[in-house]
Amino acid sequence: MNFEYSENQQMIAQTVRDFAEKHIRPYVMEWDETQHFPVETLHKLGELGLMGILIPEAYGGAGLSYNEYITALIEIGKVDSALCLSVAAHNSLCTNHIYKFANEEQRKRWIPKLASGQWIGAWGLTEPNTGSDAGRMKCVAHQDGDYWVINGSKNFITHGISGNVAVVIARTGELLDSHGMTAFVVERGTPGFSGGKKENKLGMRCSETAEMIFDNCKVPKENVLGQVGDGFVQAMKILDGGRISIAALSISIAVGAYEAAVKYAKEREQFGKPIADFQAIGFKLADMATEIEAAKLLTFQAADMMMRGEKMTKQSAFAKYYASEVACKVANDAVQILGGYGYIKDFPVEKFYRDAKLCTIGEGTSEIQKLVISREILKGNI
Amino acid sequence: MSKLASHFLINKNKFMKFLVCISLVPDTTTKISFVDNDTKFNNDKVQWILNPYDEWYALVRALELKEANGGNVTVVNVGPAENDQVIRKALAIGADDAIRIDVTGDADSFAIASEIAAVAKSGGYDMILLGKETINYNGSNLGGMLAELIDLPFISYASKLDVAGNTATIERDIEGGKEVLTADVPFVISCAKGMAEARIPNMKGIMSAKTKPLNVVAPQGVGSLTSVVKYELPPAKSACKMISADHPEELIRLLHEEAKMI
Repeated sequence: MNFEYSENQQMIAQTVRDFAEKHIRPYVMEWDETQHFPVETLHKLGELGLMGILIPEAYGGAGLSYNEYITALIEIGKVDSALCLSVAAHNSLCTNHIYKFANEEQRKRWIPKLASGQWIGAWGLTEPNTGSDAGRMKCVAHQDGDYWVINGSKNFITHGISGNVAVVIARTGELLDSHGMTAFVVERGTPGFSGGKKENKLGMRCSETAEMIFDNCKVPKENVLGQVGDGFVQAMKILDGGRISIAALSISIAVGAYEAAVKYAKEREQFGKPIADFQAIGFKLADMATEIEAAKLLTFQAADMMMRGEKMTKQSAFAKYYASEVACKVANDAVQILGGYGYIKDFPVEKFYRDAKLCTIGEGTSEIQKLVISREILKGNI
Repeated sequence: MSKLASHFLINKNKFMKFLVCISLVPDTTTKISFVDNDTKFNNDKVQWILNPYDEWYALVRALELKEANGGNVTVVNVGPAENDQVIRKALAIGADDAIRIDVTGDADSFAIASEIAAVAKSGGYDMILLGKETINYNGSNLGGMLAELIDLPFISYASKLDVAGNTATIERDIEGGKEVLTADVPFVISCAKGMAEARIPNMKGIMSAKTKPLNVVAPQGVGSLTSVVKYELPPAKSACKMISADHPEELIRLLHEEAKMI
């Protein structure tokens, strides 16, 4: 066992830090205030190879492992967690879904554009009335000759308006049948496919979250990923990996908030000494540091199992559940340590506090993670 | 030779061998302290980075010239095995190969120049580039010494460098203006701000850096000509006094009576 960052991870971390200082940090609060979705920055991240991190070089990706992916996400998110969410959704959900379940022709068609960041990807499972209960989805697809016609809507979709291409899971069979849903690739510009309302969010504000609307949207049958009826099962597998990326996003928030809190606690003097020297603050920092390390270990453990091809549903749920709760707690503690300065936008912890909450909700709430974990345990996977 | 043929030769891009000297310096946020009775820099917990003048200007410009005209970029570093990770960054940015001259102890500019001279002499390089100075000792010694040791011209503080055939056109920032000069390769050149834009290595570069050659060569063992007697930190900054903008007379009084500057 080796818990050290590899030489590759160290170099990736340094590279992403350098990039983030120059191209992200100066704009973070402006993007947050105006909810500007920085597509141009995502294109630049694509040039670095960060929009196809897990995709093999043959398809235009960086060909890196999950460990390296987590490392990159943490460094992006320490500076702007909202941008990190966009990078994670693009990589883990859309691009990874197509790569994993597409045939060779489909891969060649979409992966190089996504992996290079030329195209931004979206992924649609959630609907207004079906979140975790995806089996009751109302978005349907009917076959019509060489086409499938999709009707319905998806909501809370990252890049729902700006995504150049979306993976959409729609019902093609019976309600509640886990084999009654199919994954389709829908390109922007397809008649009947449009972006809907852009959500005005508490946090993660520069990451675009919007509705996707399908109104008699005709998609060629060549755009079906895998077999008809496999969509839900594919989506569950994609979410297993997606959880690891949300755990990494959570860690990035916790680390960003923690580092800001340590810096402040050492500089801020009250009653004649730095507040870090008061046990009330020192103990808070100790808790924060311990929880962050634990979250990292769970996350890298899940990634390690994934890279070895083992089933890691339980471990990825452990990582996502714990790391996201830690993100909220650490961000909360960081605001408390900074006091009044934690509550204003001149210091970074205010934004981390708002951004953190998404992590216990998106890609499966903490409660759903506990459900996943308990089901796995009771199935015998103790 | 026909006029056309000679014209062709003059403008033909030459495949050039570039040698870029890279130094490691402490990260700019490092807290500086000394050990051994203030005679040695305290290396403990120091994060080392490529000297920005070497990386941002010398290396990147060499890569740009190579990309435009063809060629090969080798980076050379004098230091111990721990330097390899930082040297790999130069390979990730785009250098083709690296040489590390395995010197483990302290070495002054002369010792380092002598070690690089041995490598430079045998390598047949067309251009040897380095930053105008390192950001730790700010000596600006190496380029001149190296050029002298290998009997090549030395051009210092260049802010622009272009090459056509065997001839380079160089701009140097001089007091109050610019100097433009030409020089035939080979030469040694020290590079300053303006020569290129810093590059961030991409993931592909990082992956390929692992497989590029990093050749470790034994040092010549040239000793230093100088030894450090003492390092001293600058005096701590005194507290800042804030004066209300409504009372400029108070500023004048303090400058006159306390600072005794006016």
